[in-house]
Amino acid sequence: MLECTPKEPLPKDARTTGSINPIKTCQPVGALYAALGIHGCLPHSHGSQGCCSYHRMALSRHFHEPAMASTSSFTEGASVFGGAANLKTSIKNVFAIYNPEIIAVHTTCLSETIGDDMPTIIKQSEIPEGKYVIHANTPSYHGSHVTGFSNMCKGIVSYLAESDGNPKKERANIFPGFTNPGDMREIKRIVTEMGVPSIMYPDTTGVMDSPVRKTYEMFPRGGATIEAIQDSGNSKMTLSLGAWSSDEAAATLQSKCGVPGVPLRIPIGVKATDDLIMAVKKGFGVDVPEPLEVERGQVIDTLIDIHYQYEGKTVAVFGDPDIVIPLVEFLITMGMIPKYVLTGTPGGKFEKIVNGMLEEAGIEGSRVKAEGDLFDLHQWIKEESVDLLIGNAHGKYIARAEDIPLVRVGFPVFDRAVHPLMPIVGYRGCLRLIEMISNVLLDRRDRDCLDEDYELIL
Amino acid sequence: MPAEPTACIDERQFSIMTTGKNKSRIHCADDSLAGAVSQRACVYSGARVVLNPVTDAVHLVHGPIGCAAYTWDIRGSLSSGSEMFRQSFSTDLKERDVVFGGEAKLIACIDEAVEKYNPPAIFVYATCVVGLIGDDIVAVCKEASQRHGIDVIPVESSGFISGNKIVGYRAAGEALLTLIRPKDGAVVEKTRKINFLGEYNLGGEKWLVERYLREMGIEINVAFTGDSTVAALKRAPGACLNLVQCSGSMHWVAMSLEKEYGIPYIDVNFFGAENTAESLRKIARFYGDEEIVHRTEALIEREMERVRPVIEKYRKKLAGKRAAIYVGGAFKALAIIRQMQELGMEVMFTGTQTGKPEDYEQIGTIVSEGTVVIDDANPAEIEKFLLEKDVDMMAGGVKERFLAHKLGVGFVDHNHDRKDGLAGFDGAIRFAREVYATTCSPVWERVKQDPFEEAQE
Repeated sequence: MLECTPKEPLPKDARTTGSINPIKTCQPVGALYAALGIHGCLPHSHGSQGCCSYHRMALSRHFHEPAMASTSSFTEGASVFGGAANLKTSIKNVFAIYNPEIIAVHTTCLSETIGDDMPTIIKQSEIPEGKYVIHANTPSYHGSHVTGFSNMCKGIVSYLAESDGNPKKERANIFPGFTNPGDMREIKRIVTEMGVPSIMYPDTTGVMDSPVRKTYEMFPRGGATIEAIQDSGNSKMTLSLGAWSSDEAAATLQSKCGVPGVPLRIPIGVKATDDLIMAVKKGFGVDVPEPLEVERGQVIDTLIDIHYQYEGKTVAVFGDPDIVIPLVEFLITMGMIPKYVLTGTPGGKFEKIVNGMLEEAGIEGSRVKAEGDLFDLHQWIKEESVDLLIGNAHGKYIARAEDIPLVRVGFPVFDRAVHPLMPIVGYRGCLRLIEMISNVLLDRRDRDCLDEDYELIL
Repeated sequence: MPAEPTACIDERQFSIMTTGKNKSRIHCADDSLAGAVSQRACVYSGARVVLNPVTDAVHLVHGPIGCAAYTWDIRGSLSSGSEMFRQSFSTDLKERDVVFGGEAKLIACIDEAVEKYNPPAIFVYATCVVGLIGDDIVAVCKEASQRHGIDVIPVESSGFISGNKIVGYRAAGEALLTLIRPKDGAVVEKTRKINFLGEYNLGGEKWLVERYLREMGIEINVAFTGDSTVAALKRAPGACLNLVQCSGSMHWVAMSLEKEYGIPYIDVNFFGAENTAESLRKIARFYGDEEIVHRTEALIEREMERVRPVIEKYRKKLAGKRAAIYVGGAFKALAIIRQMQELGMEVMFTGTQTGKPEDYEQIGTIVSEGTVVIDDANPAEIEKFLLEKDVDMMAGGVKERFLAHKLGVGFVDHNHDRKDGLAGFDGAIRFAREVYATTCSPVWERVKQDPFEEAQE
């Protein structure tokens, strides 16, 4: 499969800053996904048609759901004279044809480069009474899809969140980070279980994991309502999950409405889940309810029962920084050795955080890279292989070329179903990760071992 | 004036028509309406899908990361050799490149690709931003060609040039012609072999047709571009005939090959058993060799005997079911309409992203009265007609799949996301089986019978 990858590693300085087999994609797809987390929202791509088409395809392939978005349909004229006319026409048409509650516009490389002034164009547009148009700048030549997600979250806060000046309500805002709807559902459940009301946004539950109903709804019943988002300025605190995807929005909400943000990791693994629960406990003075204690105990119990199966195994992890960081932390808890850790998203603090965790665990000889790609990873693996790969579907090429099992986590996963509905966050997510990881290792042993070593019992 | 505009908004009324009810021509190849949820893609996308199956070339996308990431190995073209084409190369342009120009980075990335992989050719695709900031990819490629002694070919596919993929097909065609043009007066020796244009070896379809042709005593020289290599493409001028399958992408290339190298072309279509038989006969007739004609008839007879009972079996299950088709090109739409009709199904609505007026005229002649025909449909229109026409199954691409599923309509992918070849006699059998499997899936029973709802009544 990847027999084309040269066997001999090239000297370090032989790589350009171009990319071969990227671990990231561009901003607008993240912005589009975030916008789908508002109820009644039609995301709008301000650029040429291709971008919008690609982003919808990518989301459809990952979530197995329709992903609606409109486009300004730039052609040469708009590219030369500016896209203002296209956007104004689009806004008019979209409200007339699709009648959404809100349009969330994101830019593309094209409209960014020609310098379309989004706030001004939106101000000059015809927006029906009671409807909204918001925007985020998402040039694809900066950051990654995670940055785009973050920028749209920030846009949602800037345009919509309000503070009425009254004392804050005993309620948490939850910024869930770039996660699947199954994860968002689980995070909401945990906070609800603790008896704390919450407003989550973006919230793609019910939108990107919607059930089949008798009739199709272009705007499914899920997503955070505009009213709830507006009222989030009156909440007591914001649980900001994932520094790359949520912190900017939380900071904006803090400065705009005075809601303090509590920066947390996306709750993947025992420690990150503990941290979330403790933050809620501390922030609202509530007790940790029995069911969550049971769930945690079950995870610890399972870890003890089968730690032999993965203890000491080496693993390569790649994906979005907000997913990879807590995942590495959990793998360390499992006694595994994160040997190669990569993200495609730029940002120096990724390497610092991961290296810090490895150092604390006394793990030496690992390689960590931000703005890396799968070519880097493949060459490292050629130097010294690992027992397991964890990352998105694109890891399957290396998995096949080097005969290493792959556990699919992150975005995109095009080649498996059900994953968007099943959480990897919270204690239940821990169990699922343990199950996925130990199963592939055990399946591998069952398949490869000699007859005399073939075991019935774990 | 078209009678009874069924469009969802006035501006779209001329892009939708109902056969038999009006005689005016459908509007197509227009720019999409701003604000549409268009199912169309871009010029770069068109160029990429045509060129990407060149298996041993490096396909280097000059632009920000997205354009390369979204087109990374999504075509399903199979290779008998190199897997180079399934990797994703991008110059991954950053802000400073957009401000100061990306040429230096492009040069470095070409050099890196040559150093690492030593490919026989590199296609350099221009994306929106590159066209806008005015990087001179033609000059960069020319210079890199000379420096490395390989073909480094610019593909001028900036997305904003048009919302229509056809413009990208043309850019790809130009790149292919540049690649195959013999250098320094070299002459490619003429053979009795044929080129197979507009064949991308999805699910091994090229190999299947190749088997039929081989049995007839005819060799394929090279396919454009399924399972092709740079070296094989360079032998293209030596063919005695060009078959054109996907006419949208390759008609212009065929005409150019005729002009430059005197190679005639004929249109073929290997989707559906009848179409396959007809196409094989056409090819045999071209050779005018009794032996070939004889072998062709024997092949067709044998295969049709195999196909007929299978089609008949599925026809019994599918007769009277209602189908919809929305695909990229008219060639495919026509082929699928015929196959659906062979299965006894009624085509209720059909349309394409890139059809030309003459394509729609042809579609109009083979569908029955009352069929809705749409150019550049948006999901709202697809939804409307799937429901209005009470459709049982749809054929289309990934953007239509989940919409159809949500509406309780079966679905067959006839685009990038399918895994099995649907061409030839074997493909006809597979297509019938797929249509049956989705149209008559037991899951629809569970959708229709909702115990919760019944309990509440």
